[in-house]
Amino acid sequence: MKYYDKLIFELSRPGRKGYSLPKNEYGTDTLAALPGALKREEKAELPEVSELEVVRHYTNLSSKNFGVDTGFYPLGSCTMKYNPKINEEIAAHPGFLYLHPLQDERTVQGALEVYYNLQKILSELAGLEEFTLNPYAGAHGELTGLMIMKTYHSRRGDEKRTKVIVPNSAHGTNPASAMVAGLQVVEVKSKPNGSIDVEDLKPLLDDTVAGIMMTNPNTLGMFETDILEIARLVHEAGGLLYYDGANLNPLLGKARPGDMGFDIMHINLHKTFSTPHGGGGPGAGPVGVREGLESLLPNPKVIKREDGTFSVVNEDGALGNVSSYLGNYAVIMKAYAYILSLGRENIKNVGPMATLNANYIKENLKDDYLLPIEGVCKHEFVFDGLKDKSTGVTTLNVAKRLLDYGFHAPTIYFPLLFHESMMIEPTETESVETLDEFIEVMHRVAKEARETPELVKEAPQTTLVRKLDETTAAKNPILTYKALKQNENGSC
Amino acid sequence: MSKILENLRYSDSHEWVSLDGEVATVGITDYAQHALGNIVYVDMPEVSDEVTAGEDFGAVESVKAASDLISPVSGEVIEINDDLDGQPELLNEDPYANWIMKVKVNDPGEVSNLLDAKDYAKICEE
Repeated sequence: MKYYDKLIFELSRPGRKGYSLPKNEYGTDTLAALPGALKREEKAELPEVSELEVVRHYTNLSSKNFGVDTGFYPLGSCTMKYNPKINEEIAAHPGFLYLHPLQDERTVQGALEVYYNLQKILSELAGLEEFTLNPYAGAHGELTGLMIMKTYHSRRGDEKRTKVIVPNSAHGTNPASAMVAGLQVVEVKSKPNGSIDVEDLKPLLDDTVAGIMMTNPNTLGMFETDILEIARLVHEAGGLLYYDGANLNPLLGKARPGDMGFDIMHINLHKTFSTPHGGGGPGAGPVGVREGLESLLPNPKVIKREDGTFSVVNEDGALGNVSSYLGNYAVIMKAYAYILSLGRENIKNVGPMATLNANYIKENLKDDYLLPIEGVCKHEFVFDGLKDKSTGVTTLNVAKRLLDYGFHAPTIYFPLLFHESMMIEPTETESVETLDEFIEVMHRVAKEARETPELVKEAPQTTLVRKLDETTAAKNPILTYKALKQNENGSC
Repeated sequence: MSKILENLRYSDSHEWVSLDGEVATVGITDYAQHALGNIVYVDMPEVSDEVTAGEDFGAVESVKAASDLISPVSGEVIEINDDLDGQPELLNEDPYANWIMKVKVNDPGEVSNLLDAKDYAKICEE
């Protein structure tokens, strides 16, 4: 591959243009009409480039991307499953693509039907009463869910419930969302297998507890076998259970958070329901609630009238708006397409296949990699680095070496329960051949670590960009072209 | 094997304390800096802040993770180590010479409840 690492600013030549605007024939000067305070004093330093340069620049950059479409992406806790192309095709249907959110609702009945139906399907899959599809992402869903929890207590006049219990193994977004929602975080300890320590939980359950945030399976990919007991204890103490849908994939078609006693949850459509993820987003974080909480779901809502037509309504007593209009609508379309193309029967295979694939890798690699928790995992699992610690080869080194072999690295150094965490999640969409190839490469890296450790410590060896200096990048980040120029001129 | 100094007291969250009269000097242990990896930022309290034993008084951020600093003592912060502001890597180089804060403690007796070098070494081995 040709090495290309230019910034668009480096292509800039004074006066070069990639556009040609028609002459203004209306005799208006919109700039003159702007209040002085809103006008910038200096010209924006935009790159001056031709259309062809722009096209070549971004096409070249795009060829440096690694994604699910280019290779295996075992990034734990992210569910990087394949995104079927039919999702894109459906979402790009002109009848949906060119809708305006302020169009008369009689002209957008189909779009509202999709929203309503997906909401109903998610309710059925999750075992809850009703969903909003409005939140834009997982963390946004968490915030929305916690606002529902907080409002539920305050409407009952129970103002002292301000604490949210979060396991110390939780995803970082959980305590962050609780803080943003104005609640206080209380940590509950995990047992060595990552499950909540019920004995540590009991004394925390007083009348100031608003609820608990959990994932199931937990952050180590193990099913919380005490979940019914935990739900009973939290409910008896007057709290609610929040389910972080980040780990929903292995349950799909097999078990439902609502049946386990969860009251509120979010779903990451970009994980479990195969819509694009990360830089390829945007995402969506629908929030579901059990019966009795549905009136709190945020506005606007889509309802089905008795005559079969659909309406967008804003209800009194709802949480208010957490998004403009109905969320990331195109993402909702893609998730709907995914669910319908799998169908009621096939979707039941998602969880079991994801679980089988994860266990297949785990069992095949535990001879070379340290498995801190034995037993059957769900969709993902965690190694604590290489088994042989004498070589000095770290999890970071292994992750970088995988890039040389054309695989994306797993999630590393999370969860914090181990020093050398390496979190692997293959998802259900990979073939046994791909899993075998990954297993073989992981064994090869372990062998290299024993025989030629320096080779692994200096990885990656074959990528366009070699090992990065992460410490300097974190301490002295150069994030703009201006800063780069200044740095080159020695005035850092 | 990480370095543990005999004359210091330790918390199970890997902070060390050295008491001189009613002034406690607090830092992180060699085990902690090693587990964290290259430290890139230290979030310190401000002078005259009140700190409480068992509660966080700041955080250290490394290329791997950000971790809360848990105060082993209760009292008032009287000095912070400004050198760490521009050179957080000092904690990697010598975590015992490079302390993080000095606290005028409410109860000097509190320090004797902390772990001694021998008991702390056991925790590190686990």
